Amino acid sequence: MSKFRNKKKEVPAVNTSALPDIVFMLLFFFMVTTTMRETSLQIDAPRLPSATEVKKLEHKSLVTTIYVGKAKDAKYGTSFNRIQLNDKIGSADDVPAFIINARSKVSEAEVPFMTTSIKADKESSVGTITDIRLKLRDVNALKISYSASKKTE
Amino acid sequence: MARRENPEINAGSMADIAFLLLIFFLVTTTMNVDSGVSKKLSEKPPADYVPPVIKEKNIFEVSINRNNELLVEGERMDIKDLKEAAIAFIDNGGGEGKVENGVASGRCSYCKGERSESSSDHPNKAIISVQSDRLTEYGTYLTVQDQLLKAYASLRNRLSIEKYKMPFSELEEAYKDDKNNENLKKKVEFIKTSYPQIISDQEPTK
Repeated sequence: MSKFRNKKKEVPAVNTSALPDIVFMLLFFFMVTTTMRETSLQIDAPRLPSATEVKKLEHKSLVTTIYVGKAKDAKYGTSFNRIQLNDKIGSADDVPAFIINARSKVSEAEVPFMTTSIKADKESSVGTITDIRLKLRDVNALKISYSASKKTE
Repeated sequence: MARRENPEINAGSMADIAFLLLIFFLVTTTMNVDSGVSKKLSEKPPADYVPPVIKEKNIFEVSINRNNELLVEGERMDIKDLKEAAIAFIDNGGGEGKVENGVASGRCSYCKGERSESSSDHPNKAIISVQSDRLTEYGTYLTVQDQLLKAYASLRNRLSIEKYKMPFSELEEAYKDDKNNENLKKKVEFIKTSYPQIISDQEPTK
């Protein structure tokens, strides 16, 4: 008798079968939203130099990135001095056009806060960087950031 | 017989598995925070620009050759010693400071250097000039820049701790959080103008 009553009183298990669905939805949301990279790299991912005095780059929409490194495609040679602007390999002479193009995408008031981030491989030569720098100066894009990974002492 | 009627699969662990995946994604996808050494380029000088005459002793010359070796003030040096050398130069305070808006800043009162006649007059006059070769490796170049910035950072920190009992980085952080605080702003400005970062990049040698 007592056995019988016990069975009747047992709380029915809560149906949790929807829980995995919810979590999967979250998972997919994360997988979709975290964009891996905006432009596909035409050069080998630069091995960034490390530095201690680094600052975080804020306002991602105001940052234009110039990549410098070794081209993946062998037809561009094997030196570490290829410059990638947008999706293709260019030269320092293409930098002004690139910057002006990037500028047209933001409102005028924000132009002075635009930063150019130079992501260069540590084996690139200073000459290439200087060429870019001179071109940037020509179009008055004066804020630059040498991309580097944070080194802890 | 009643038991076989309800062959429900236990899906309780499914949630656990999904959570595991979720956490894995959360951890591995770095939000890719860009960081770097920021620098402000000088504006393009007009065609008829005559550079001001600067006393030799107020210039700290750093050259890097194409073999990534360092020449500092005419002597070979290891990168690891550069910071100390730069600090000694900036903090020397051997003479009168710059005259700004008609106000002479006078002798450097907060410097702790040797006050040598042959080194810089005042932190606001001290210029660090970096010259590199076109074929210098970018990594070396950036390390040098980093060391110089570190020299400035440690001097600023020292002065900030002395005056306001907190390191400069914290002071700046506090100002960032509270942009309208005039008091903080004044403090940050004071430290910045006391040790202005004057690092100039020379045209690289061919």
